[in-house]
Amino acid sequence: MTQVVPPPYVPGDWVASAEPVAPIVAPVAAPVVVARANGGHLRAERVSAWFGGRKVLEQCSLDMPPGQVTALIGPSGCGKSTFLRTLNRMHELVPGAELAGSILLDGDDIYSPDSSPPSVRNRIGMVFQKPNPFPAMSIRDNVLAGMKLTGSRVADAGDLVEASLRGAGLWDEVKDRLDDGGMGLSGGQQQRLCIARALAVKPSVLLMDEPCSALDPISTRVIEDTIRELSHEVTIVIVTHNMQQAQRVSDHCAFFLVDELGQPGRIFEAGATEQIFTAPRHDRTHAYVSGQFG
Amino acid sequence: MTLLEEPSTAIPAAEPPPAVSTQPAAIGDDTPRKVRNVGRTDLFEMAVALCSGVSLAVVLSVVMDWTNPLTLVLWACVGFSVSQWLLVRDRAGSVVATDRLMTSLVWSSGGFAVGILGWMIVYVAAKGIPGLSIGFFTEDMSKVGPLNPGGGAFHSIVGTLQQTGLATLFSVPVGIMTAIYLNEVNGRMAPVVRFVVDAMSGIPSIVAGLLIYTVWVSPDLPIIGKQGFSGVAASMALTVVMLPFVTRSAEEMLRIVPGALREASLALGAPEWRTILKVVVPTARSGLVTASILGVARVVGETAPVLLTAFGSSSTNYDPFSGPQSDLPLFVWSLLKQPNAAQIQRAWTGALVLVSLVLILFTLARVVSNRGARLGGSR
Amino acid sequence: MFIVCSVLPTRAVHPGRQISAAMTSLLTPSFDAADVPRAIAQQRSRADRIFRGISFSAAAVSLLIIGSTAVFLTLGARDAFGTSGVKAFFTDSVWNSSLGTFGVFGVLVGTLLIAVVGLMVAVPLGLGLALFINEYAPMRIRRPLTGAVDLLAAMPSLVFGMWGFFVFQRYVVGVAQFFADHLSAIPIFRVFDGEQLTRSGFIAGIVVGFMILPIVTSVARDVMAQAPREQCEGALALGGTRWGMIRSVIFPFARSGIVGAALLGFGRALGETIAITIIVSLSYQPNYRILTEGSGSIAQLIATRFPEAQGLEHSGLVAAGLVLFIVTLIVNLIARRIVSKSRSAH
Repeated sequence: MTQVVPPPYVPGDWVASAEPVAPIVAPVAAPVVVARANGGHLRAERVSAWFGGRKVLEQCSLDMPPGQVTALIGPSGCGKSTFLRTLNRMHELVPGAELAGSILLDGDDIYSPDSSPPSVRNRIGMVFQKPNPFPAMSIRDNVLAGMKLTGSRVADAGDLVEASLRGAGLWDEVKDRLDDGGMGLSGGQQQRLCIARALAVKPSVLLMDEPCSALDPISTRVIEDTIRELSHEVTIVIVTHNMQQAQRVSDHCAFFLVDELGQPGRIFEAGATEQIFTAPRHDRTHAYVSGQFG
Repeated sequence: MTLLEEPSTAIPAAEPPPAVSTQPAAIGDDTPRKVRNVGRTDLFEMAVALCSGVSLAVVLSVVMDWTNPLTLVLWACVGFSVSQWLLVRDRAGSVVATDRLMTSLVWSSGGFAVGILGWMIVYVAAKGIPGLSIGFFTEDMSKVGPLNPGGGAFHSIVGTLQQTGLATLFSVPVGIMTAIYLNEVNGRMAPVVRFVVDAMSGIPSIVAGLLIYTVWVSPDLPIIGKQGFSGVAASMALTVVMLPFVTRSAEEMLRIVPGALREASLALGAPEWRTILKVVVPTARSGLVTASILGVARVVGETAPVLLTAFGSSSTNYDPFSGPQSDLPLFVWSLLKQPNAAQIQRAWTGALVLVSLVLILFTLARVVSNRGARLGGSR
Repeated sequence: MFIVCSVLPTRAVHPGRQISAAMTSLLTPSFDAADVPRAIAQQRSRADRIFRGISFSAAAVSLLIIGSTAVFLTLGARDAFGTSGVKAFFTDSVWNSSLGTFGVFGVLVGTLLIAVVGLMVAVPLGLGLALFINEYAPMRIRRPLTGAVDLLAAMPSLVFGMWGFFVFQRYVVGVAQFFADHLSAIPIFRVFDGEQLTRSGFIAGIVVGFMILPIVTSVARDVMAQAPREQCEGALALGGTRWGMIRSVIFPFARSGIVGAALLGFGRALGETIAITIIVSLSYQPNYRILTEGSGSIAQLIATRFPEAQGLEHSGLVAAGLVLFIVTLIVNLIARRIVSKSRSAH
């Protein structure tokens, strides 16, 4: 085997490297209190994604343990949102989108031919970057929209509305105006309404695509508190640009990166949040979390 | 190269066009300044040009002995444009002069179009109002001879209501569902359907009448049936005219609905059809209603298609399924052909009722669309 | 299964992005399965399929209508083509219902002439109006003005015809007189002694021009609004005047779209019936001197002859309608193609 002599190391130059680019993923520690772990166990295995022939994700594997918050971090354009959207079968809505690999929810592949996308999305909910409450519905109807749209019978509408709004931390602010339109709320309140709407269908996993990036700092704080409380009952996977937010909110992190412009994104390093931020194993991870780029 | 044609001569000699009022704001004065596009020099020049244009027209018409006021107006406009161009060119060069000239022309075309519309409406109102009476709306023409006064348009009003009602009943649901097919479902045949809807919107209305005539009405061309003239045949012909209009407008309204709402609904686990029916359509509701109302306004005055299918009559026919039936456009049409003062008066009154109907429907559409916008819907 | 790779203590950076062959084997994870996309079965629920079916059947109604127009008009026209001969139908100018000989050449000429006059009126006026609404009008009057244009579009043809015949004609005859007096060098404007200037194709053409004004305006507005604002602002920032910006940025950009708008108006003018029938006195012979009385359009022919037509004449009218249908269809499709190409090209 030929001996390869690596050129001298130049810190700060991340254009290309001869190092092996396989991801470094630390094994996930089993949750300590197994009995209290609610929420679904989501696992991605060797997920690759294409948009019209162009590969955008390269063999991403990630374990998202139940009852915990997993954050997807990394600079923009590295495929975090694309990966998130493969987790609830929203990726295939784009014409020309393709996917390889499998995603297991509690052991079942959600892409298997006998699972239908609506039922998958019912169990894996999503909150989007820009709040999108339904303008033609009141606050109450917005919360119940998920049940109505899936044709599920609602046994106790009032209780469900209250529980969902409490879970989203919005109940106290809107309990007197449940019949008002959803568009009259502030941005942060609208986003919490969308969270309540997603919670009302009782998903096992909740995906959040940069939920606070369109909001002011105070609403962001409120939503982060909400996320921490919710994670006890629902597994949460959150994409965030904000590293401090990732540190505050998540238990595990996955760091996405592209090697060079035009290459597909992949998971560079994944592990417990504390470890990623205080003792990352990879130089690039260290550079990112300390703010040197991205 | 195309922007400034005479850079060397025009710019140094030109005084910059006055754009800002010349009074400086006082210190500490926090009121906004008025920024005007038309300065005092411009107004002065326009006034001078107007005077010279009018005098030119007056002189010419005296010399050439013209009596037509329209000719006077036309020559005044020509005179105004030419003198304005010359004046401004002396001051600021031909680039600015052309700009001012074009501004005047563009403003006049705006005024001209509004003027034509206003002229028509005012004239119809002026000629039609004298014939308005209760009898106009309650009597029909069956007992009235052509030279006698009296009689009314009751039979035509019944016909219009029935025919446009039936046409709306069919066109609106089919049109909206077609729009859903094109915009939401977007099936494999969508490009073909879109092409066909475009083709349909160009069909002359008389061809629509001819189609229903050959297929449904005609005794001489037995293709499907010899049903004869009827109100429902007229409504079929009106549908052919109304359907592409409603489809295109409804498609526009559906397109305005933000994609984020569809995504949110799908992310909750809703199947596609519920997303469309329960999220997209309610959000676009006021726009769809507006499109339907405008579709009705479009066909309520159509004469050609109903001429060939309902044929018209002077007595009231309450049954839209058999027998010729009149409607407002046919009422006016039949009266126009008889050069008799009483008939012509009735025709004008009928035309006034038609125009008022269109105006009412338009206002209704505006009200609906404004309410929809206020309620935070997408349109 | 997680991959943990041992990493050399000093990491390497190759400035030239060259990765040696030995490294390549470490770059790709060593799986046997090729990285190919999986086929995701599109399992639509039954309710979804039913809904798609219903919406398609609604769309199919339009297909049915166009198809039946083509089919039934052709079938109905067979008899007339039989007695007149297909070629003669287009080249003769006669309408003899007893003999069954029909020839629409005269009214075809009339249709085209009236439509061209309409274009001469509608295109400059429509462009000016479109420019006015898009670029010149103050915000406050923009919305009422758009509403006024839409209202003009919704005005019934009957009202245009009545207004044109009873009122407008009196004023426009003066213009026709002017043309006849001063422009008689051009053959189409020639008027001989004793000929009437009322009820002419010229006057009808002007009224038709007003009728097609709204569609020309709204399509022109659409295409002109697509001109990129950055370029417009760039032209103004260089010190250009507003007209200079319009001429150098908006017109080149919207040129083909404006042609499409004009063609759409032309197609609409070809099919205009009632206003022409009221204003013009029908003549089967082609009348190239548009200022004089008498002209005709195919649609007018159908509307005028229809109430008294019997038997074979019905077939003749259907044949005329078929010609009108095909001509307007072709013009409209070309126009729409041009407009959508100009929209998508930018």
